[in-house]
Amino acid sequence: MSHPGEITRRQLLRRIGLTAFVAGPGVGLLSACATGGTTAAPSASAPASSAGTDPKNPFGVDAKKGLEVVIFTGGFKDDYAKLVHEAMYTKSFAGVSIKHTGTQNVGTMLRPRFLAGDAPDVVNNSGPEAMDVAALAAEGHVADLGPLWDAPALDDPGKKVRDTVTPAAIEEGKLNGKDMTLNYVVSHRGLWYNSKLFEKEGWTLPQTLDEFKALGDKAKAKGIHLFAYPGQKGPYYMLWNMLYQAAKIGGNQAIIDIDNLVDNAWKSEAFKASVTAWHEIFTKYSDKSYLGLDHTQTQIKHLQDKFLFYPTGSWLEGEMAKDKPDTFEYALAPFPTVTANDTMPYGAIQVGTGEVFFATAKGKNPQGALEYLRIMLSKEGAKGFVEQTKSLTIVNGSAEGVDLPPGLASANKVQTAAGQSLITSARFEGWYKELFDYAWAQQNILMGGRMTVDEFLDKVQKKADDIKADSSIAKQTRNA
Amino acid sequence: MERLRKYGFVLGFLAVPVTLYVVFVISPYIQAFQLSLTSWNGYQANPAFVGFENFTRLFNDEVFWNALRTHGIVLLVMPLVVLALALVFAFLLNLGGGSRGAGMRGVWGSTFYKVVFFAPQVLAVAIVGVLWKAIYRPDESGVINGAVMKLGGEPIGWMSDPNLALWSLIAVMVWQAVGFYVVLFSAGMSAIPKDYFEAAALDGAGRFTLFFRITLPLLRDTIQVGWVYLGIAAFDCFALVQVLTLDAGGPDGATTVLPVEIFKTAFSYSKVGYASAMGVALFFLTITFAVLTLRVTRREKIEM
Repeated sequence: MSHPGEITRRQLLRRIGLTAFVAGPGVGLLSACATGGTTAAPSASAPASSAGTDPKNPFGVDAKKGLEVVIFTGGFKDDYAKLVHEAMYTKSFAGVSIKHTGTQNVGTMLRPRFLAGDAPDVVNNSGPEAMDVAALAAEGHVADLGPLWDAPALDDPGKKVRDTVTPAAIEEGKLNGKDMTLNYVVSHRGLWYNSKLFEKEGWTLPQTLDEFKALGDKAKAKGIHLFAYPGQKGPYYMLWNMLYQAAKIGGNQAIIDIDNLVDNAWKSEAFKASVTAWHEIFTKYSDKSYLGLDHTQTQIKHLQDKFLFYPTGSWLEGEMAKDKPDTFEYALAPFPTVTANDTMPYGAIQVGTGEVFFATAKGKNPQGALEYLRIMLSKEGAKGFVEQTKSLTIVNGSAEGVDLPPGLASANKVQTAAGQSLITSARFEGWYKELFDYAWAQQNILMGGRMTVDEFLDKVQKKADDIKADSSIAKQTRNA
Repeated sequence: MERLRKYGFVLGFLAVPVTLYVVFVISPYIQAFQLSLTSWNGYQANPAFVGFENFTRLFNDEVFWNALRTHGIVLLVMPLVVLALALVFAFLLNLGGGSRGAGMRGVWGSTFYKVVFFAPQVLAVAIVGVLWKAIYRPDESGVINGAVMKLGGEPIGWMSDPNLALWSLIAVMVWQAVGFYVVLFSAGMSAIPKDYFEAAALDGAGRFTLFFRITLPLLRDTIQVGWVYLGIAAFDCFALVQVLTLDAGGPDGATTVLPVEIFKTAFSYSKVGYASAMGVALFFLTITFAVLTLRVTRREKIEM
């Protein structure tokens, strides 16, 4: 009789075998879980080839097929989808059922579904968990938006959809030269300030770097810093700021070269001049403690008039609406002129597109997905979005007749004044996120006084070279 | 027959938990090992096999060594400080009052202190992170810096000074962990028969001698367990680093830890294969630590 606790070698082997037996079916079940096995081959029917035949239904949508829409619920929430776009879709196709999901975790929720071949039809791929659209497209999950741009506009069949939107939106929605994403929202990035404070103090907007610094001295006398950015969360606002300033100095080519990983693009004269100027502004007219604050803390201090200029996009006003005191009114200022021969005039402004939507190619209703995006791009759809979110869309005239808050109205005014002097978006942020994250981390070291401007440029350039040499990273290029 | 009954009985109990464990723990581990040999980006249906390329790249990766350095420092400092503080506090709370009447007692007000020590333990790590963000805040609104600046001092960049950030982080980890180990050691101490202390006290042993000659040796097993727990915690730090530090691992990579890097590499940079390789490396580091600790500190058990 053996002792119950004693295990002989034979028993042990047997038990291990038993475990393997129990594990067997479980592992089998799961082997297809993480990577989805070999389900790539079958591809769903491409969007209808009868495009353009019927202006009412150019993609040949089957009204009986349901539509699944997944919306990132960030600052814009998802009411615009539920109350405006989805309502319009159900109106067009009576009796159709729409499955709506709002989530902040787009990637966590959808990545496994794409792998399992169970994709929704329309995705708002935004927020911190946004998926890598280029990688999804490589697997054939993303529908080509070419037919959408060439389809007749919903409310003006004489026009193509392409002609009803800001051209930059189509350009920025391209990946590898193909129309892949619909970047729906227009944002203005520049320097935000309190117009009421400027009015009260009798200050005017500084147009050159010298005027900018002179204002810094005046503000300092009142215990106000000239400028600040959040070092703890949102330090990339500063990187954007320096990139756009470089484009103002040397033209958009400065940013395009950086995006295209052109040799020594980070060491261009324009970018160097920009970094040098902002390094001086931060070290002389700001405070190191901002390097330890997050964006909300910094923005609150902005509302308290602790500093004058804050670099970010036009979503700022909506973001801080709850905390904004009556003594504060957001307004947008263009970047100051740094050199005597800046390529762009004072007044040049960055206009970018964001809130990235795409239609899936292997979903259950790819035609419906395109139609949904066409509805979003209609006058009515875009106006509904503007009313719900107080943000501008890429659809021309989408803000007509909508009462815009002062900050947005100011951005609109600056853009009108800028005319064609528009600063482009830096797209390597999405293409090579590693480079982007590295660049702002180094920028924080620079601003913390632990590195010189030249060392900063060298280090970031080296990282860009590494990315360029890394064959495992898919490369993108842009012409404009 | 008897044997069959015995194993059938054992199996009946084990089948469900073992299956769950295999499906939700073992199989993801196996998949991570498998993925670490591919260049999977998280979207491909058929990941490309790349052999040990991810591991060679890992060993040349500055970020990886940076993270190991952080883990090394945390591993050396944090458990030591936590265990030392917890032992002292537990001793004071349970035995430090000396013998009054029958048995040993804690210092005056020890029930109150017990609650105070344990309080951080019931807070979620994310809340701890947010709380300390306010305490470490670098401007005049920070709890510490506000006081420092009122007294005329220069503000201190608790989390933004690369020489200070890791120590600030370790301080928070210690603050949060101590309470649990105070309770653990208190339980251990109450299991030590009172006669030992009485006998020693009669022989003229002071509190100091009591602690080092009686309490400490008899708590050895508990301390060993605590050491392993804390060591494994030192390989984690995910939530605190994510919430509290400058953009999750800064400044200058001073608080970079592997779990956060794995998360970033997999989900921000879409390099799931490479992230899995990091995970495999972390797995072996943790296992090695646990085995080493248990081996090195093993010795004969004292029967009480």
